[in-house]
Amino acid sequence: MGVEGIGARVARKEDKRFITGGGRYVDDMVVPGMKHAVFVRSPHAHADILGIDVSAAEAMPGVIGVLTGKQIKADGIGNLICGWMIHSKDGSPMNMGAWSPLAVDRVRYAGDAVAIVVAETKGQARDAAEAVEVSYQERDAVTSAVDALKPDAPQLHPEAAGNLIYDWEIGNGPETDAALARAAHITRMHIVNNRLVPNAMEPRAALGVYDKAEDHYTCWTTSQNPHVARLVMSAFYNVAPENKLRVIAPDVGGGFGSKIFIYPEEIVCLWASKRTGVPVKWVADRTESFLTDAHGRDHVTEVQLAFDENHRMIGLKVDTIANFGAYMSLFSSSVPTYLYATLLSGQYNIPAIHANVRAVYTNTAPVDAYRGAGRPEATYLLERTVETAARELGLSPAELRRKNFIREFPHQTPVIMNYDAGDYEASLSAAMQAADWDGFEARRSEAKSRGKLRGIGMSCYIEACGIAPSAAVGSLGAGVGLWESAEVRVNAVGTIEVLTGSHSHGQGHETTFAQLVSERFGVPLDSVSIVHGDTDKVQMGMGTYGSRSGAVGMSAIVKALDKVEAKAKKIAAHLMEADEGDIVIENGELKVAGTDKSVPWFQLALAAYTAHNLPGGMEPGLKETAFYDPSNFTFPAGCYICEVEIDPDTGITDIVQFVAADDFGNIINPMIVEGQVHGGIAQGVGQALLEGAHYDDSSGQLLTASYMDYTMPRADDLPSFQLSHQNTPCPSNPLGIKGCGEAGAIGSPPAVINAITDAIGTNDLQMPATPQKVWATIRSATRH
Amino acid sequence: MSDVSMVVNGRKVSGHVEDRTLLVHYLREHLGMTGTHVGCDTSQCGACVVHMDGKAVKSCSVLAVQASGSEILTIEGLAATADADLHPVQAAFREHHGLQCGFCTPGMIMAATDMIRRHPEGLDEKTVRAELEGNICRCTGYHNIVKAILAASEKMKGMAENKETVAA
Amino acid sequence: MYQTNYHRASSVADALKLLQDAEDGKFVSGGMTLIPAMKTRLAAPSDLIDLRHIAELKGISVEGNKVTIRAGTTHAEVATSRELAAVCPAICDLASHIGDPHVRHMGTIGGSVANNDPAADYPAAMLALGATVVTNSRELAAEDFFTGLFETALDDDEIVTAVYFTAAETCGYEKFPNPASRYAMTGVFVAKNGGDVRVAVTGAGGDGVFRSADLEAALAANFDASALEGASIPAEGLMSDIHASAEYRANLVVVMAKRAVAKARRG
Repeated sequence: MGVEGIGARVARKEDKRFITGGGRYVDDMVVPGMKHAVFVRSPHAHADILGIDVSAAEAMPGVIGVLTGKQIKADGIGNLICGWMIHSKDGSPMNMGAWSPLAVDRVRYAGDAVAIVVAETKGQARDAAEAVEVSYQERDAVTSAVDALKPDAPQLHPEAAGNLIYDWEIGNGPETDAALARAAHITRMHIVNNRLVPNAMEPRAALGVYDKAEDHYTCWTTSQNPHVARLVMSAFYNVAPENKLRVIAPDVGGGFGSKIFIYPEEIVCLWASKRTGVPVKWVADRTESFLTDAHGRDHVTEVQLAFDENHRMIGLKVDTIANFGAYMSLFSSSVPTYLYATLLSGQYNIPAIHANVRAVYTNTAPVDAYRGAGRPEATYLLERTVETAARELGLSPAELRRKNFIREFPHQTPVIMNYDAGDYEASLSAAMQAADWDGFEARRSEAKSRGKLRGIGMSCYIEACGIAPSAAVGSLGAGVGLWESAEVRVNAVGTIEVLTGSHSHGQGHETTFAQLVSERFGVPLDSVSIVHGDTDKVQMGMGTYGSRSGAVGMSAIVKALDKVEAKAKKIAAHLMEADEGDIVIENGELKVAGTDKSVPWFQLALAAYTAHNLPGGMEPGLKETAFYDPSNFTFPAGCYICEVEIDPDTGITDIVQFVAADDFGNIINPMIVEGQVHGGIAQGVGQALLEGAHYDDSSGQLLTASYMDYTMPRADDLPSFQLSHQNTPCPSNPLGIKGCGEAGAIGSPPAVINAITDAIGTNDLQMPATPQKVWATIRSATRH
Repeated sequence: MSDVSMVVNGRKVSGHVEDRTLLVHYLREHLGMTGTHVGCDTSQCGACVVHMDGKAVKSCSVLAVQASGSEILTIEGLAATADADLHPVQAAFREHHGLQCGFCTPGMIMAATDMIRRHPEGLDEKTVRAELEGNICRCTGYHNIVKAILAASEKMKGMAENKETVAA
Repeated sequence: MYQTNYHRASSVADALKLLQDAEDGKFVSGGMTLIPAMKTRLAAPSDLIDLRHIAELKGISVEGNKVTIRAGTTHAEVATSRELAAVCPAICDLASHIGDPHVRHMGTIGGSVANNDPAADYPAAMLALGATVVTNSRELAAEDFFTGLFETALDDDEIVTAVYFTAAETCGYEKFPNPASRYAMTGVFVAKNGGDVRVAVTGAGGDGVFRSADLEAALAANFDASALEGASIPAEGLMSDIHASAEYRANLVVVMAKRAVAKARRG
């Protein structure tokens, strides 16, 4: 590796602008004539709209226009859709209710958009929004998915009887039931995976600009995948054909899944720009984000894990109810199905698995992918159940896991996935050693002498990343292909632009992707630029989510680089009158191996563009495009160990040690990868200890709608983390990369809760383990 | 509407604003200085931190008219105070990968600079974590932010000591 | 935020005059509570009268063990005052944990006391220290000043100009912050003067800050954390929300009281 190539801890190229205030986020954009929008939102969780009177609002100072759902419908703008078709076990397609960008006759959650007000200033737009008179007839609301399935529950959509979107299954039911019937031991658990609000620090925003002269739209938006946004807005929402719609996602301040989806606001801003004749900018405030960003998780699950007399897992049965909120968000249907139940085998050899999943409408914000998306839910239930089983069976948690680890690859699980490579023992051993597992009991005693309860817990996770072969996901219902594109442009002076369909919103692609190019051609990092996030510049792409940008996005770049290299070598061979097979690229030069003949990279590039002396029949220029479609998922895996100290008087949990041992395959920039793990762990610890979206059962109001009530992890809630990496390279992509973006959020929640339950001596504890809850749990345990 | 005038990053500026205009909006929308961000409505996230008369404040909780007559330092003007391409705190954030998406970063850096000013004796991890109470980051898990602030504090302490030695 | 009209007062007299001329005016000092409330449109004063530039409202003076803190003194100034730390370190400790560093640069003791947020820290100290709240027109004992949630004995046209108290022989403050907002979910200030012990609780009471006679009696007999072993206070009348039930708060009051005593004894 060179100092700037693969494996180097290179400081990020993009940092200069972020640390000097030069970042360019959507809210920083100003275009001539731009006006400001505020959405009128439903204060009710469930109500019929009897009428909307905008006349008072229209007369307010600065108001340019007030537009409603009836108008957007009349203009032919389509309903929002979910792009992944899931069929119930009876073969019927999922029951998708209508989601109009602006509600027409019914609102289904507190925050549902009802109208848009465009005014000279944001303050004026807000003043006028308050003057829009919406007459509501309230209906009963239901916020819990379990309650929504009850016979007398309020009904949300006529398309979904009983609020049921689908009743889906995977795996082998009879075999699993048989395993349970002959089991020597069954561990049963009731697992709640708490609802989270993603909380990217940059609130969502959109700037819609309609150019009447060109009949062309431009949309700046906080998106993780601007190309998919354009595709969906063109193909399904009828905003404009693709050639008349440009979508730009400039610097985006974090996403964590919540900015994958196409929301009503960007559609409405584009449409409102045409309707009002002015560019329309909308920026969410934080409470609006809490109310309307797609939330994550919210599963309730019954699990049974069966063991034979030798403590080998013989069957896993899972029954999950997933809360989808009021509408089906873009990828919502895939999260509790193919992103969740396909990972239920974990790191273990489990011959029989069956999962049943019911997806349910409730009067809450839509729920969709949030960092990990389905995989944290699978890992949490499995790793808590395994830990509980070890306690019930009187085995050490490591021993029970080791006994059941998959050790031979490839391994076909009963739930679709074919694991290609891994060494679970390596991560487990590394983590236990780093955590000084053997010294724990001494630390526990010492803590006890100070009146503190100390506990230790582990979690062995696996995830499936880099989604995935397009044909495979297509056969499972995906509405899009999941490949990635890349274009490598070598300029005439030898500098290089890489255009990618991946999108960086914190991941550091401008650096990591450039390192790859620097490694290949021996050119300085500074001479490589990464271009992304603009549908006018990059032809097509699938965006960044599911830890796919390394494994899929960079693999596409490798393919394009291969083509560039092949052509460059041909030109070099021609210029130096050598055999093409003898040309090597080293330190920014193309050399004839074993001789002192060489052509510098920049000269080669110039030769490609002057075209004065190219091999016969060769086209001028040096620019190549590639599309890469993966042949399999990738399977990052690892072991996390958490050690806690609990103050029994207040119930507060202090994480005294957190160890992460991850196998991400090959790593391009360890510094950036570590940063991803740190952030993931923080979100996982947040889920385990602090965070939870809380709706009032009867009114359907979100009680945790600001940082006053939703506990964001802060610096003093967290320790520094101890990280290590193991490496079994991924065999299915050219770089051997597996992906690292979500692991931290997947592996950490069960490790934290296993540690707390170890400390307080009960297995019965749901997330988030707030001080109040831990205190009450300790107290009720002492009473018994 | 009121007239406001203040010194922002060493430059005298003045304008005519609605009294309800927040300092952060004055900076962003009237002066076009978009480095200072808004991440919440309840004065908790700290993305908007600037220095007013030498002290860190949340510019989302101060009206522009309240700030009239004061000296404001924003992320855009920080490096110049160190007479360098990057202020040592900015450099440390880059070197230690103390940022990812960059949105909380200006506020973090302004808060860190203020924290180091208030602790010339130096900082430890516990103090840094406690003093970051008013700044929320969703990307980094704070691990590298803490590292960067500790490193910058050490470096600036060294620089201050050098200056003293030279002066003596 | 709704439209409002800003006025910068040059003196207390000027501020009162400006308020009189306003339709529905409000005083603003650091603004750390009022401005956020205005942003979310929960407060909508027609006029804002800024007290931050009034020289007569600034400063801390310590004479013997008599402490006067003028209303415009910021939390950061209280937290870092050496002369105050010499006689009453607990008040500095309390101030150093209000909000966050940025809020402490703006927020003032006068604003905090006048607002009487049930989760604010200062009211507990004022009550436990037997402080006197000074306004432009009168002096009020803390006990008479704090009257309920966000309620005080202040008249509309009255400005808190200072607080004064006699530094206790021994005192200490401990709080358990709300995990999300970081306001006091329960904060306890204990102060001992000879045989007189006062225990004031913030963040927990359904009617705001209050004194606990039971805890005071136990500590008057023996000013040591051990004196509160097995002590309890009734959950009835305490606040209850998603973060802390009344029962949990009742527990926290005793735990925080013990810790405040231990802190006080350490000095």
